[in-house]
Amino acid sequence: MTISEISPTASTAVKPTSVAALERITFDYGAERVLEDVTLSIEPGDFLGIIGPNGSGKTTLLSVLLGLRRPTQGGVRLFGTDVAAFRESHRIGYVPQKATAFEPRFPASVFEVVISGRVRRAGLGRRFGPADRAATLDALHTVGMQDVRNRLIGELSGGQQQRVFIARALVTHPDLLVLDEPTVGVDIEAQDRFYALLRALSLQGTTLVLVSHDIGVVAREVTRLACLNRRLFFHGEPGEALRSGALDNLYRANSVVVTHDHHHHGRSSRYA
Amino acid sequence: MPEILQYGFMQRALLGGLMIGTIAPVMGVFLVLRRLSLIADALSHVALAGIALGLVAGVYPFAIALLVCVSGAIGIERLRTSGHLQGDAVLAVFLSGGFAVAVVLISVGRGFNVDLFSYLFGAITAVQPSDLWLILGMGLCVLSAIVLLYKELFAITFDEECARLQGIPVDRINLLLTILTSLAVVIAMRITGVLLTSALMVIPAVTAVRLARSFRATLLLAVAASLAAVVSGMVAAYYFDLATGGAIVLFAIVLFAASFLLRRAR
Ligand SMILES: Nc1ncnc2c1ncn2[C@@H]1O[C@H](COP(=O)(O)OP(=O)(O)OP(=O)(O)O)[C@@H](O)[C@H]1O
Ligand SMILES: [Mg+2]
Repeated sequence: MTISEISPTASTAVKPTSVAALERITFDYGAERVLEDVTLSIEPGDFLGIIGPNGSGKTTLLSVLLGLRRPTQGGVRLFGTDVAAFRESHRIGYVPQKATAFEPRFPASVFEVVISGRVRRAGLGRRFGPADRAATLDALHTVGMQDVRNRLIGELSGGQQQRVFIARALVTHPDLLVLDEPTVGVDIEAQDRFYALLRALSLQGTTLVLVSHDIGVVAREVTRLACLNRRLFFHGEPGEALRSGALDNLYRANSVVVTHDHHHHGRSSRYA
Repeated sequence: MPEILQYGFMQRALLGGLMIGTIAPVMGVFLVLRRLSLIADALSHVALAGIALGLVAGVYPFAIALLVCVSGAIGIERLRTSGHLQGDAVLAVFLSGGFAVAVVLISVGRGFNVDLFSYLFGAITAVQPSDLWLILGMGLCVLSAIVLLYKELFAITFDEECARLQGIPVDRINLLLTILTSLAVVIAMRITGVLLTSALMVIPAVTAVRLARSFRATLLLAVAASLAAVVSGMVAAYYFDLATGGAIVLFAIVLFAASFLLRRAR
């Protein structure tokens, strides 16, 4: 059976050229079903925003997409290759939600953190070469952090650290950049710069996936919007999502989930 | 030549000490940053069980200790990553388990108290020529593995998930690191003794973590602090007839205390 044959609930047909394709993904943490029958494809040049309440499975969806967790059911393809066989990791950049949750006194310089994104690119048993260092400086320039490259990572502010982790994700010039709530704790001005950077990357042809709670900004910036709350409520143009009332459904669904089986990490939902 | 260098046993002790003083703190930096400082303690007690076994069986204890310690390391890593138990609980079981086995074996074979004493507390005269070759050989293995895998080890230590995403063989490298740690423990034990091995790994490492401005500098500084402690400890032990391991660790603690003053002065 090919992937295109088994997509009765697909909102978008999966094409072989898709940057990433999730096919009927279900994911359980033990007995808790976190994702249910999610089918989603990301096409080259898409700027996909993913929104959903706390605990709705956004981070889990990304980790399944990136091959960090195996789905309970369903298949994942990256650049046309099954995720288990995918080896071109340099084509993917990832800024995790918990990136800034490292050990605060970790003795690593900003430069060392960013170049660590190129470990696989440099090759096992090899040292970093001039190309790796040049790419690292380049990525630091892109996020405006070149002047602090010799500082300890733990000495930077949260927003600065976030930019360093974006640089680490960019250091292999990825075709797909995945960002999980990258603007949390970043001031307005820096957010503007951040979205300008994403627009520039998008214009250069980088495919972007952005998880965010800032619905207003997301709807303005992205070209595609996915509304997730365990199931995929909507996938399409952001304008259509607003018109169709998908957002109301999304958060109404959340209040139902809360009373049943919703636990999240002690953070209060903004949508309560 | 100063008097201290005229004796073969002292030359061997110093050579071995320099090798141990180089690899122990390097392993220590990785352990401290992963919050696995206790692993060195657990492994050295497992190694003690191996020593006791070797002494009872009349086989070269160093080799038995090595075998037992590496198997123990693999067991610890398996249990730790299986997720059924808390990591530190696993370490506690191996630490006390190793010690218990050692104590029982000691009570079985009563005749080797003196030998055992040197393994417990380290002895400056304990490094036999055969030991020295083993120490240097294994030390070189550990060092070259660290140099070859330096950037992978950094990536895994700083952010395991990101390392996995890059396709770095995280689980295999973690297992290798555990095995290397057990090698370092067994060879360090000859000079510092079972009870103080982890101190030589951990104290210079935390000293360096407090002062260094990069990861590379952390490793170099940890090695420098540890070599300074090893050499001064051995010289002091020789001239004042002190327990070697204790003297080395006391010097390491002096440097650690100095790092507090240095940081405050900044
Ligand atoms: N490691 C884990 N083990 C067990 N359950 C988990 C784990 N991680 C997440 N969960 C659960 O899975 C559900 C989805 O979590 P996830 O982190 O994917 O949500 P999210 O949409 O990213 O939320 P947030 O907006 O808070 O980041 C939550 O109910 C959470 O409690
Ligand atoms: Mg999340």
